[in-house]
Amino acid sequence: MTKLVRPDAPAGDADVGNRAGTADDAGAVTRWCDRCGESVAAGPHPACAAARVWEPPRWCASCRRRMKVQVVPAGWSAVCVEHGERRG
Amino acid sequence: MPEILDQARTRVLENGVGLDEAGILAVLNLPDEHLPAALQLAHEVRMRWCGPEVEVEGIVSLKTGGCPEDCHFCSQSGLFTSPVRSVWLDIPALVEAAKQTAATGATEFCIVAAVRGPDARLMTQMRAGVAAIREAVDIQVAASLGMLTQEQVDELAAMGVHRYNHNLETCRSYFPNVVTTHSWEERWETLRMVRESGMEVCCGGILGLGETVEQRAEFAAQLAELDPHEVPLNFLNPRPGTPLGDRPVVEGKDALRAIAAFRLAMPRTILRYAGGRELTLGDLGTRDGLLGGINAVIVGNYLTTLGRPATDDLQLLTDLKMPVKALSATL
Ligand code: SF4
Ligand SMILES: [Zn+2]
Ligand SMILES: [Zn+2]
Repeated sequence: MTKLVRPDAPAGDADVGNRAGTADDAGAVTRWCDRCGESVAAGPHPACAAARVWEPPRWCASCRRRMKVQVVPAGWSAVCVEHGERRG
Repeated sequence: MPEILDQARTRVLENGVGLDEAGILAVLNLPDEHLPAALQLAHEVRMRWCGPEVEVEGIVSLKTGGCPEDCHFCSQSGLFTSPVRSVWLDIPALVEAAKQTAATGATEFCIVAAVRGPDARLMTQMRAGVAAIREAVDIQVAASLGMLTQEQVDELAAMGVHRYNHNLETCRSYFPNVVTTHSWEERWETLRMVRESGMEVCCGGILGLGETVEQRAEFAAQLAELDPHEVPLNFLNPRPGTPLGDRPVVEGKDALRAIAAFRLAMPRTILRYAGGRELTLGDLGTRDGLLGGINAVIVGNYLTTLGRPATDDLQLLTDLKMPVKALSATL
């Protein structure tokens, strides 16, 4: 199974990007679910986290912008104009 | 043993003649207890008429999103509220993707664009991209760029694109429920031109769009009539924001019945696992399909969604003692 781990995250930290209001490792605050773009203030979205195993993120978890996402056979990259690039 | 499987043993396995629509429907309607026998027969048919090799392919999106068409399953249509944004892959990244694909042992690399048909910009990008790949990577290049003009067909063939993918997606009778911005017949016309150009025809579709079992049989029969070199079989992965975003995924046993039925309809075609198998079949079902008529896989990620790591599929092929088709065998 594809394990999506953020390159800058500690080992074992699944890159689901929907922890409520926590600062990620780059210091940006995670306010939005990176799959559905809705708030994670009330807690993470388990269904989105499960779906994210087979999908790259689409929404910036910090600012809720739609990211430019490129999927290639062996990975993906997602770019927010404000918060930069994530890769998986 | 159900009568249809007895008939198929003679007609398909021994004589190499695919089942007709009624026969395909009978296979699709087999009760669960006969599914293992159907898969076993489909596997024997594949081994007899195609051999044990498995063709491995990687695909990449050259131009993602912003498509003007309205295929109801597609997250790349610009007409829905899908979060997929428009983005182009540059040539160095395209070549790198081809290298990564070749490194898995794959012999096929398919360049895909989310368009109704190519415009001048896309054809220019294709010319540069195909030339750069052919220069740097030992792999066959295929393309999937929507509907083509005769001129574009000729140009792609001249570039060295050896296979063209254009899916009919579903049967003719159900197609208007899935796509309204172009017709099934327009797709068929592109396929006719591709065939006449000498490029190999790759044409399949997606199961689970809401079609009936009868329409699934109709689709397999129509594909058999087209007689493509390759049939990629997708299972709907419902995408957020699309009209089919709330549909359930295809049930695993129905997917396996379809794999067996499509193989028994087309004994000699390359029947490829494409998108959606991870959700519909999981690891165990993936194995069952490879032992039930499938003889090709897309490895790695898809266009906008992710697949199993290539190494998992390659290990599975090793476990099943199915050799990966070599480049020399395809030339
Ligand atoms: S033509 Fe292709 S990219 Fe465009 S909406 Fe249909 S399936 Fe999607
Ligand atoms: Zn969510
Ligand atoms: Zn952002």
